[in-house]
Amino acid sequence: MRNIIPVLAVTATLVALWYAAVIPMNAQWAQDQARRAGVELTLPALIVDTMSQQRPRLPAPHQVAAELWNSTVVEEMTGRRGFMNTGSLSNRSLVYHGWVTLSATLLGFAIGSALGIGLAVGIVHNRAMDASVMPWAIASQTIPILAIAPMIIVVLNAIGITGLIPKAIISTYLSFFPVVVGMVKGLRAPDQMQLDLMKTYSANGGQVFAKLRWPSAMPYLFASLKVAIAAALVGAIVAELPTGAVAGLGARLLSGSYYGQTVQIWSALFAAAILAASMVALIGVIQRATLRRMGMAA
Amino acid sequence: MRDIATAPVISAQNLNLTFQTGDGPVHALKDVNLDIAKGEFVSFIGPSGCGKTTFLRVIADLEQPSSGTISVNGLTPEAARKARAYGYVFQAAGLYPWRTIAGNVKLPLEIMGYSRAEQDSRVKKVLELVELSGFARKFPWQLSGGMQQRASIARALAFDADILLMDEPFGALDEIVRDRLNEQLLELWARTEKTIAFVTHSIPEAVYLSTKIVVMSPRPGRISDVIDSPLPRERPLDIRDTPEFIEISHRVREGLRAGHLDD
Repeated sequence: MRNIIPVLAVTATLVALWYAAVIPMNAQWAQDQARRAGVELTLPALIVDTMSQQRPRLPAPHQVAAELWNSTVVEEMTGRRGFMNTGSLSNRSLVYHGWVTLSATLLGFAIGSALGIGLAVGIVHNRAMDASVMPWAIASQTIPILAIAPMIIVVLNAIGITGLIPKAIISTYLSFFPVVVGMVKGLRAPDQMQLDLMKTYSANGGQVFAKLRWPSAMPYLFASLKVAIAAALVGAIVAELPTGAVAGLGARLLSGSYYGQTVQIWSALFAAAILAASMVALIGVIQRATLRRMGMAA
Repeated sequence: MRDIATAPVISAQNLNLTFQTGDGPVHALKDVNLDIAKGEFVSFIGPSGCGKTTFLRVIADLEQPSSGTISVNGLTPEAARKARAYGYVFQAAGLYPWRTIAGNVKLPLEIMGYSRAEQDSRVKKVLELVELSGFARKFPWQLSGGMQQRASIARALAFDADILLMDEPFGALDEIVRDRLNEQLLELWARTEKTIAFVTHSIPEAVYLSTKIVVMSPRPGRISDVIDSPLPRERPLDIRDTPEFIEISHRVREGLRAGHLDD
């Protein structure tokens, strides 16, 4: 808990800098409006105005916080289409859009992790795969995801696959890579002595994998999963942009930018950040529990 | 045909091993001839690069000789390894950090397919043998270096191998711990009647433990002297102050020095 004060200090500094930036960013609009109305703005009035515009260039932190609150709790509890009134999530709420993105993220993350682990196992055990897979995996990550995402969606759409799966595939595309890299390193972590020991028992390949390589790779696995789940979320959001999707955090970002709803954009961004942080934290909890059970408390 | 009872457990004839390195070939072993009888405690002593560890690894089928023949229990090293003829103790304990002490000792038993009940009774037995009974559920990091090395010896004893190959098992430990472990190792050897091949850097350790001391010298790695110890099998620690002990130590030291004269 000693860490809490520095963390709060850093957060407070960032918020203060944000507020300081809001005034010059939005001052132009406030002054233009005042001039048209033929009034002279005093400095305090100008500052108040920059913090409470409908469509500011840079929304103030409290505006974003209020939008987050209104578009989650308030919308679902009291909204006409909210959960309390209809029994299903409102399509105006970030809970609904967050869930749409989250479901694609989780599916893509699951497929990506499985694919990454599978490729790593192949690379470690097969010379041909060792020589051939990694360059392709690296090349795949050098292609901008924004360029390839629309093609994947169009191609899949042409063969009748729409909705969750195309988004999950783009999440997979981004999330398998850190898992491959981490797990290749992890599965190769046992030193020569440990491998020699297995040989003196004349252990077969499966036993070496199950009893030595796999447990050795656990710390590496969790480190890669943390990177992978954040990448999976980015993939799902990017996948929602080019399709004109009507649901998901990506769709909120897109419609926000069409209509100049900066507050909506920023609250969707924060919702994504909160989602990513929560998922990484959840993996951290699983990591600690697993490693403690293995006697490797980190 | 030789009598089964007296046939050597390990027998090497004209054994050579050459490593190809960037700087040209390295003769790790040259014309090694050695017979080790059942129940012997053989120490290999010599400076770094004399091939003592390499020879142990050839016995264990972890290295392949370039020429010559070697048999372990009358089999090739590979067949002997597959028949699980030996337990190997490395320089570092090499316990798996994610397994408890009991779990580590159980590892070879799991791999070799012993039944669950058999695993548990064997783990209990060998942990008693190395005096670690109270530590079965501890993780390796909770034990001292000496205790970890004892656990790794227990791991090598857990299955029915009648040969124990030990590669400088106490090299990284301080002298007080090492003395205690040497005493325990002799007790263990007397109780289990295993054949032990033991690599060491330490003259007192080699003389104290062995029935046969193999002195080796480097470049090329070869045997320069084989000393059959006249010391009795029963050896209290203070045997190291007797004239016999000092005389054997002297002969080992002479052998080591002779090996270095060519440098």
